[in-house]
Amino acid sequence: MLIAVCVKQIPDPASPGALDPTTRTLDRSGKLIMDDSDSYGVELGLRLAEAAGGGEVVLVSMAPRSETGGLRTALAMGAARAVLVSDPALSGSDALSTAKVLAAALRRVGADLVLAATESTDGYTGTVPAQVAELLGLPSVTFAKSIALEGPEVVVQRQTEAGYDEVRCPLPALVTVTAGVVDPRYPSFKGIMAAKSKPVDVLSLADLGLGPEVVGGAAAGQELVEVRDAEARAGGEVVVDDGSAYEQIVEFLERVKVI
Amino acid sequence: MLFTEDHESFRRTVRGVLAREVDPHVERWEAEGRFPAHQVFAALGAAGLLGLEYDPAYGGQGAEHSYTVVLGEELGRIGCGGVPMAISVQTDMATPALHRFGSHELKTRYLAPALRGAMVASIAVTEPDAGSDVAGIRTRAVRDGDTWVISGTKLYITNGTQADWLCLLARTSEEGGYRGMSQIVFPTDTPGFSVGRTLSKLGNRSSDTAELWFREARVPVANTIGEIGRGFQQQMAQFQNERMIATYVAVGAMTGAIERTVAYLRERRAFGAPVLANQYVQFRLAELSAKVDLLRHYAYACAEAYQRGEDTTRFATIAKLEAGRLQRELADWCLQFHGGAGYMEETWVSRYFRDGRLLSIGGGADEVMLRTLVRLDGLEP
Repeated sequence: MLIAVCVKQIPDPASPGALDPTTRTLDRSGKLIMDDSDSYGVELGLRLAEAAGGGEVVLVSMAPRSETGGLRTALAMGAARAVLVSDPALSGSDALSTAKVLAAALRRVGADLVLAATESTDGYTGTVPAQVAELLGLPSVTFAKSIALEGPEVVVQRQTEAGYDEVRCPLPALVTVTAGVVDPRYPSFKGIMAAKSKPVDVLSLADLGLGPEVVGGAAAGQELVEVRDAEARAGGEVVVDDGSAYEQIVEFLERVKVI
Repeated sequence: MLFTEDHESFRRTVRGVLAREVDPHVERWEAEGRFPAHQVFAALGAAGLLGLEYDPAYGGQGAEHSYTVVLGEELGRIGCGGVPMAISVQTDMATPALHRFGSHELKTRYLAPALRGAMVASIAVTEPDAGSDVAGIRTRAVRDGDTWVISGTKLYITNGTQADWLCLLARTSEEGGYRGMSQIVFPTDTPGFSVGRTLSKLGNRSSDTAELWFREARVPVANTIGEIGRGFQQQMAQFQNERMIATYVAVGAMTGAIERTVAYLRERRAFGAPVLANQYVQFRLAELSAKVDLLRHYAYACAEAYQRGEDTTRFATIAKLEAGRLQRELADWCLQFHGGAGYMEETWVSRYFRDGRLLSIGGGADEVMLRTLVRLDGLEP
């Protein structure tokens, strides 16, 4: 069982983020770490591989400057190896370009199951996994809260507003994992040390057979025309109780559809 | 000390595990007077935190000592003193001698499960009439063929009510004084063993502390750690690990206490300005911060010497002595700067004030550290 997990490496959310004034995209010049939302996919992938006996988890990522800081974290958790696509021509890529690159890398990996987060916590488009599935011609199952492998099928409990659906689909498939559905393991000292010698295959666009015309800022179908600060929040509404405050509260709760 | 990117990765692991497994439960465990050692140790063991420097053959991580420094500093940031102490007992107080001197069979049977977190270990040295004066212990192990027959009482034993085995120091001959003692792995399911009482304490309330009774309890002589009759010397070596980890934990705790106090004083206003705007407060905090930094780097120097394989008795003695004294001073000032709120049970600093007091007593009191220094430095007439 070969399980690929898409891992995004992002600027540390603990440090204040900044936008590049020219491209209006996130400044990624500093140290990058694994997007926390990907740790759930890594954990589920490792558990599935362990349950399958002899399975292997391969990480797939795209990042500038051959950055591997975040991948090392996932390798320290137990993933076997990583494929990283890094190329200066990728700067400014939009979601679809990113999906094309990841799909090309995943095609080389040839996994039985591809896992990804539902969305990244820096870009939040939430569109890349479905685009990757479409490009690879794989069935796509979203918002998984649990995943099991049963013979040639993957069985997913898919979160819904009402609860969850049980979805079965044939392998290979792509499944997105909802954040918080599992406790990701923390890398042990042994894991941290072992990760240093695990292979990271760094690929360029040429290695993937992709031309610069399909990726990068110039090829982006989306354009960031303006970035503005969010409006400051207005002060809350103060209700002075003259004996009928409860009526106003009930009316408010009905208006926002809480009750 | 040179901390690498690997140390920082490991620090994130420790912080993450503690944030998940310990921090959310501290208030309840403090109120209940105990924490679930088996449950917590199993989680820490799964993350490889219980046997950092130990042989991988027994489930250890094979790490160098600098990672124990990181572990200690992060344990110090837990919001109480009891749980860090209990974890330190498992990692650096009850197990070093077994790892260093124990037989393969003993290590397989007792050390490996302790490193996994499947067994809880205690260090059983102190007695009603012998605390820092270890040579005064009276618990006896009398040989009967291949069996030790053990009788006596141990007191103030951390993890005592939950322990699966004890690293027990007992007299195994009539020589007296420092001679004739042995360290024995004592399983607590041995007939003749009982927990006399659980003790109520000034602080460290989330950690259970017990009086333990031994009434002709029989364990195999094969449970002896290392050489029969060398128990005192082996225990003295084990105390060095205890004093080092206690210092690392204190450095982390004091660093955290200053940060929390500064954050509070920045928000708390008096006389129309943040309390932190007072130069007197600033200077006092700056002085305390400087002292913590001196201790931190002294602790790092101790760790480096230990890593080089040097005898760190003097280093560990001074570090633990100064850590205990500084923690008392610092906790007092942090509480003072919190004013009335600091005197309340619901405020973290009152617990820190109570918990921090132990460091000058446990693991050899300040006065015993001074006696050791007098001897090491040749200050006797």
